Amino acid sequence: MAKKEEKVLGMDREKFRMFMGKYGIGVILLIMMVFISIMEPAFRSGSNMVNVATQVSINAMIAYGMCLAITTEGIDLSVGAQLALVSCILGQLISNKGWGIIPAIVVAILVSTAWGTINGFLISKFNMFPFVVTLSTQLIIRGLAQVVSGGQAIPITDTTFKQIYSAKLGPIPFPILVLILATVLMYLVLHWTKFGRYVFAVGDNMQAAIASGVSIIKTKTATYAISGFLAGIAGVIFTAKTASAQSNIGVGYETDAVAACVLGGTSFAGGVTTVPGVLMGIFIIGFIYNGMNLIGIDSYYQSMTKGAVIIGAVLLDMVMNKKNG
Amino acid sequence: MAEEMKKKEEYVLECHGISKAFGGTQALKDVELLVRAGEVHALLGENGAGKSTLMKCIIGLHQQDEGTIQFEGKPYSVKGPVEALNAGISMIHQELNPEPHLSIAETIFLKREDTRGIFLNKKAQNERAEEILRKFDFPHSAKTLMKELTLAQMQMVEIIKAVSCNARLIIMDEPTSSLDSEETEHLFRTIRDLKSKGVAIIYISHRMEEIFEICDHVSVFRDGTYVGERSMEGVTRDELISMMVGRKVENVFPKTDCEIGDVVFKVEGLSGKGFEDISFEVRKGEILGISGLVGSGRSETMRGIFGMDPITAGQMYLEGKEIKIKKPSQAIKQGICMVNEDRKNFGLALHRSIRENMALPTLPLKQKAPLLNKKQEEKDCLDMGKMLTLKAASIEHEAFSLSGGNQQKVVLAKWLLANPKVLILDEPTRGVDVGAKSEIHSLMCEFAAKGMAVIMISSELPEVMGMSDRILIYHEGKINGEVKREEILSGDENQESILRRAFGGK
Repeated sequence: MAKKEEKVLGMDREKFRMFMGKYGIGVILLIMMVFISIMEPAFRSGSNMVNVATQVSINAMIAYGMCLAITTEGIDLSVGAQLALVSCILGQLISNKGWGIIPAIVVAILVSTAWGTINGFLISKFNMFPFVVTLSTQLIIRGLAQVVSGGQAIPITDTTFKQIYSAKLGPIPFPILVLILATVLMYLVLHWTKFGRYVFAVGDNMQAAIASGVSIIKTKTATYAISGFLAGIAGVIFTAKTASAQSNIGVGYETDAVAACVLGGTSFAGGVTTVPGVLMGIFIIGFIYNGMNLIGIDSYYQSMTKGAVIIGAVLLDMVMNKKNG
Repeated sequence: MAEEMKKKEEYVLECHGISKAFGGTQALKDVELLVRAGEVHALLGENGAGKSTLMKCIIGLHQQDEGTIQFEGKPYSVKGPVEALNAGISMIHQELNPEPHLSIAETIFLKREDTRGIFLNKKAQNERAEEILRKFDFPHSAKTLMKELTLAQMQMVEIIKAVSCNARLIIMDEPTSSLDSEETEHLFRTIRDLKSKGVAIIYISHRMEEIFEICDHVSVFRDGTYVGERSMEGVTRDELISMMVGRKVENVFPKTDCEIGDVVFKVEGLSGKGFEDISFEVRKGEILGISGLVGSGRSETMRGIFGMDPITAGQMYLEGKEIKIKKPSQAIKQGICMVNEDRKNFGLALHRSIRENMALPTLPLKQKAPLLNKKQEEKDCLDMGKMLTLKAASIEHEAFSLSGGNQQKVVLAKWLLANPKVLILDEPTRGVDVGAKSEIHSLMCEFAAKGMAVIMISSELPEVMGMSDRILIYHEGKINGEVKREEILSGDENQESILRRAFGGK
């Protein structure tokens, strides 16, 4: 029995485990791409890839914020509502009040960042459960969005504003540039700054972090503030895409973000995540939508597939990392 | 035939030729263990010697690759702790993991509840539990919740549970590691009582004094092999230590005398939760030992000084200047560092790398640029690892992959990188094997020689007496006496006199 386990696919069992632990998600992503390509050759085309990358940029912003929150042993359920609030503020300021695009965007993102800060402060200062805090603020934020928009959809006709989603630098649409920039910045923040180290330490062992002089209030507040900020950017891109401010958008967006994080190896026990992993998780979710649309499978099944893929991926991860348990 | 019967009755547990490998590592190699009925049998060995692996084979958490186990003369093979308990073997783990919201009765009867139809018969269960608790003179009612008990009491509940399941062999893994002297005495009384009822006990401990006090036989392990068995009568401490480490240990405590300089740190009238009106000073190059029972306010004082708990009154002076510390980050900035007694909860982020753990407290001091200087950090960590003889494949490995002794070295490293003026060590050698323990003792002397002021809390009297230049003895939140090294060396003060003060005497 013991002898049998030693080799898997010609690799030492231990090495195989390490390999899958590190790159397992990439392997899944590749298998998926090959599979969809065979089913529908149009999937492979450059224009489709650009298309997917543009679409996932919104979820990517939210997922990066979410991965910070989850890594500190929390969650940010308010991001979907943040999207709606940002959208309504933009609609109100640009279409009804005649503000310029830049000041309107700055105000909208400041508001979403402020809400993130409130989330973080409530969670860290009063030691409240992140789930409960963000579940509650989510209700307040969405209500606020309805108040701001007056319950009506506000069309935004400003063509420059719509350019935020459609403008291109060469062949690359603007949202992809934002995605690349955000990915690089997130990587630096998590792996090359003191703040990143604090996020990991607080998430893995809060008591030990406190005993090492780490400020829980500063770290967690900043974490949720960043999540709010990124949700704000996602809101701007989303609103530019639809060219309309609505208070009912973004429902369920936190689910896709959490899914991307989990697929990317972010642990709900805290203290473990990687930016490349989350990025791959984001693309897996994107490919599930895109691939199934291309193949022509009903959207009901997309949702089911997403659920099944997440459970499968996490299960695989558990089996692979069993020893670390 | 009759002779054979007699021989079989003599041993309650017989393990022969047990081997177990994990991947490429041979954790146990042809190991023997013979436990007689009604005896207390000690297992001794450094961490990683194979004691825990063997115990896990016995309670069915591991299956041995080779070898046989016989229990009460019959071949014995179980697939887990529940089956083991049904067969009559129970293990009390070092780190108890009770369900805090269950009552004592519910804990004792977990998985074998009294039922009436599909409903729990709580009344009958509580009455039965009450009866068992009375037999052990347990001070709480069966309805008390586990979370309201002290660690010692939780442990006692585990023992009571084992006995109520009719266990004939109880394995105790470091049962006294979180008990104070009084609680230890109580545990020993219980062990003697169990012994007289014919229950055999396997007693795993690093504390030699306890093994001599309570055990009948000792089996020594080294690097996964069985070194031998000795009767406690006639064996000496030095002999056991040399069996364990395979070499002769001359001096157990490597205390070197170094020059003691000016006062570095002084507290006056410090009070807080669990301690009152504490005044002391510690000098450059001095090792100040703190003795006293667990809960006497030793750790509480130090946590207060380090900013982990609030201080309600008193002043602190560092190099003559008054300082205020409200949180650990301020203490670290001032040069006061503390190695906490609870490594798992306050010491390490176990899923993060050795490097990240080592660098964490000093990030604000050493990393001023927006992006981390990982090269400098790596150099610092490697240098520190070398100085502490840290055994790790790489500093990028996660902290949980290390043994207890090496984890403790990582904790020491993270504080040494802060270049402390005052280093507080709370039980620095708890759960650490003999080899690493002696290394940590040597390191403490090195720190002192470099001019640090070292404050060491320890529950092990020989350690405090062997390592300290001066000892403060705590009793119920206050300092009840001070002993100097010369007084110990001259024999004016001894274990007894220190213990007497710890219990409130003069």
